[in-house]
Amino acid sequence: MTAALEQPLLQVRGVTKHYGARLGCGDVSFDLWPGEVMGIVGESGSGKSTLLSCLAGHLPPDAGEVRFDVDGSLRDTLQLTEPERRRLHRTDWAFVHQHARDGLRMGVSAGGNVGERLMAIGARNYGEIRSQAADWLNRVEIAAERMDDRPTAFSGGMQQRLQIARNLVTGPRLVFMDEPTGGLDVSVQARLLDLLRGLVREMGLSAIIVTHDLAVVRLLADRLMVMKDGRVVEQGLTDQVLDDPQHGYTQLLVSSVLQV
Amino acid sequence: MDDCVGESDKAMIDCEGVTKRFTLHNQGGTVIEVLSRADVQVAPGECVALTGASGAGKSTLIRMIHGNYLVEEGRITVGGVQVSGADARTVLRLRRETLGYVSQFLRVVPRVPAIDIVAEPLLTAGWHADAARAHAAGLLTRLNVPERLWGLGPSTFSGGEQQRVNIARGFARNYPALLLDEPTASLDATNRDVVLSLIREAKARGAAILGIFHDENARSQVCDRVVDVSAFRPVAT
Repeated sequence: MTAALEQPLLQVRGVTKHYGARLGCGDVSFDLWPGEVMGIVGESGSGKSTLLSCLAGHLPPDAGEVRFDVDGSLRDTLQLTEPERRRLHRTDWAFVHQHARDGLRMGVSAGGNVGERLMAIGARNYGEIRSQAADWLNRVEIAAERMDDRPTAFSGGMQQRLQIARNLVTGPRLVFMDEPTGGLDVSVQARLLDLLRGLVREMGLSAIIVTHDLAVVRLLADRLMVMKDGRVVEQGLTDQVLDDPQHGYTQLLVSSVLQV
Repeated sequence: MDDCVGESDKAMIDCEGVTKRFTLHNQGGTVIEVLSRADVQVAPGECVALTGASGAGKSTLIRMIHGNYLVEEGRITVGGVQVSGADARTVLRLRRETLGYVSQFLRVVPRVPAIDIVAEPLLTAGWHADAARAHAAGLLTRLNVPERLWGLGPSTFSGGEQQRVNIARGFARNYPALLLDEPTASLDATNRDVVLSLIREAKARGAAILGIFHDENARSQVCDRVVDVSAFRPVAT
């Protein structure tokens, strides 16, 4: 292994966010290594979405640092200049929203949605943009003849796959995902999970996935963080946390899952 | 062979004074003590069977070595890497490079074709997709999984077919250490013999194997030693 891999991709220290007097998330710290997928689970109001927003730069935390590997050195992303921040969001980072329509431009064709992100980082050759977009639609199993259709004409599962293509086309190193399989039919979820697993492996992606679905994290995440009332109550290897939970709350969560 | 630790006199799998107890916080803090001060060593090229009555802690010990259960007290190392108290990253790397595991049940993304399930550990190790699939096909053929099933998700397979997919996956890579939880359960005589030859071949290339074998005949054919985990029963307090 090269020395470059011996540094975390993302280093989070003491991230805290209050909404008035109420705690959104408190004193969250962890390291994410290249190629790792981390799940964050907890019930509604546990602070998992607040944490994700703070990490992804959508919400300024009250305290803490979110350091990301920029050209080999860890830089606090909260202190970046605006152009640096914009570059990060267009190249190295990606965000997959629960509702595809929040991450897509619904008035633009499928090919345009993917091509737009390439153009944002400076691609100008129409033929190349179109062929890269076509390649990505193929990778997320959207037929080439649907390239010029708008996402409004797509099913929920297709929209979500399009959103993933739009996000991954620039070859990001870190992907934030907020309930990526939420709201989809169970049969569509399985296919999306398999697609995500394959892409993560092929591209060596790191990802942080927020979900309330323990089955999804078991299949997708290497590591797991459990949140309750804004605090991390437990974290570790995913199968260890699920099979040998140490905290009472995690034990309750795991034992409450309905068995099929 | 992948990066094996050089010192041949050292155990590949080493458990020293390993204790496991579960605390059930939602049931009045009940503490269930399963194992106390367990010692087990497995050398390269050796196959050791864990025995003991149901509930004695055989699977618990296997799961602790795999990093699936936390270790309360004592020390576990695999290939010189300490598993007890290790962070997620260390355990993940160990599982990727050194330690294979054939569980009793197959847990996979629904509807993923059987052949891809078997090929996945190879892809993760950086094999080319075609080579990984060809190797997976060879194992499935050897384990008599009919080719018409390879493209299907195993959830509709029989128990024996699922177990054979699971075994093929577990043996896809030449891990230096291997954990087997009832690998021959629910298999007919022919397929049991295939699994036993896979175990013999793994031993011959120097793998350290620790397993649970309910089938006495299978155990006596491949295991060099037996460790009865009842010896590590916690003293009642």
